[in-house]
Amino acid sequence: MKIKVLGSGCAKCQSLEKTAKEAIKDLGISAEIEHVTDIKKIMEYPILTTPGLVIDEKLVVSGRVPSKAEMTNFITTALAKQG
Amino acid sequence: MYIFEWLNNQLLRMEWLNNLVNSLVTDVFKLDVNDRLGGSIQFFIYDVIKIFILLVILIFVISYVQSFFPPERTKKILGRFTGIWANMLGALLGTVTPFCSCSSIPLFIGFTGAGLPIGVTFSFLISSPLVDLASVILLASIFNWPIAIAYVIVGVVLAVMAGTLISKLKLEKYVETFVFGNKATEAIQEKMTTRDRFRFARDQVKDIAKRVWIYVLIGVGVGAAIHNWIPESIISAVLGQDKWYSVLVATFLGVPIYADIFGTLPIAEALVIKGVGLGTALSFMMTVTALSLPSLILLKKVIKFKLLAIFVGLVVLGIITIGYLFNAFGHFLV
Repeated sequence: MKIKVLGSGCAKCQSLEKTAKEAIKDLGISAEIEHVTDIKKIMEYPILTTPGLVIDEKLVVSGRVPSKAEMTNFITTALAKQG
Repeated sequence: MYIFEWLNNQLLRMEWLNNLVNSLVTDVFKLDVNDRLGGSIQFFIYDVIKIFILLVILIFVISYVQSFFPPERTKKILGRFTGIWANMLGALLGTVTPFCSCSSIPLFIGFTGAGLPIGVTFSFLISSPLVDLASVILLASIFNWPIAIAYVIVGVVLAVMAGTLISKLKLEKYVETFVFGNKATEAIQEKMTTRDRFRFARDQVKDIAKRVWIYVLIGVGVGAAIHNWIPESIISAVLGQDKWYSVLVATFLGVPIYADIFGTLPIAEALVIKGVGLGTALSFMMTVTALSLPSLILLKKVIKFKLLAIFVGLVVLGIITIGYLFNAFGHFLV
């Protein structure tokens, strides 16, 4: 699984990355987290407000930091799809 | 009318808090509030508490309203209008769309990539920090309702005019080319339940309080200093009502400073108490909140210097005009 955090280093982006890391750790899965700061790369996704969360090339949240429960939900849904 | 006035004085101006802090300073600290030290302490405690109470309540209510206007929706609405109507709508939606300056780039690219004229985007970007709903209620609390409403009107007019001019000047060539190449795909729009909206509002309060508390403390501190320690003669020599250059000084003083509206209002309040013209104080407030160096640096990544300079120039010019207008006609509002 590949998770990307989109955002040019604002406080919310850091906390989004932290939440993602915690969720992965709790689930005990292996996933690669990449923090994308280049604005051109960020804009390849349909995003208007940062931070954004991309799981397996699909933008799932933008403009806010989801709670850990939500994050876990996003990841497990994506895992199920991978199936 | 009497009830409205009482509610206004107690809830908005918080006279009860003023009285409470007064007795705290006199009875507990044993200081005279008409005294220099006692006066500063009174101003500081009262203003800090008042602003934090208003901040928490206002941001909560406003964020709840804002949750109905995510940028994705604003973009969609704006796409249906053209000409000056689009600029006006952009300016008005700027006042209700939740957005922090760190998102100005993706927003700019998203709007422009979707085919919106850059002038409309600029109308949005100007009005958004300038006239947010919280600032209106704070202005009403510190000054009065006519001033608050006049402020909204001139703020929106400034955003519409600057945006329209930018459209008319055909400045698209000064936008970095990759902006237009952006895939203008439909952005996701989440469906929110009432519970989600409450949570969004709560998170916004936490977020904004965390971001602005320091500005509030500094702003009120500076306000208290102006209020009690800087001699009136110095202030009136530089910013006095009768000095033609006062608006210019206030505006250019404000350009390099960036603070949130919550931190800037106490300074404007102290200036007005000291006899500075309302227009001069508002000019200072508007430049401090509308033009921020961090967001200009970010914008530089997507637009060329010339467009950035035109944008800053128009905003500064508009603010100076507003300052002189308020100084000339402001007495009708007080």
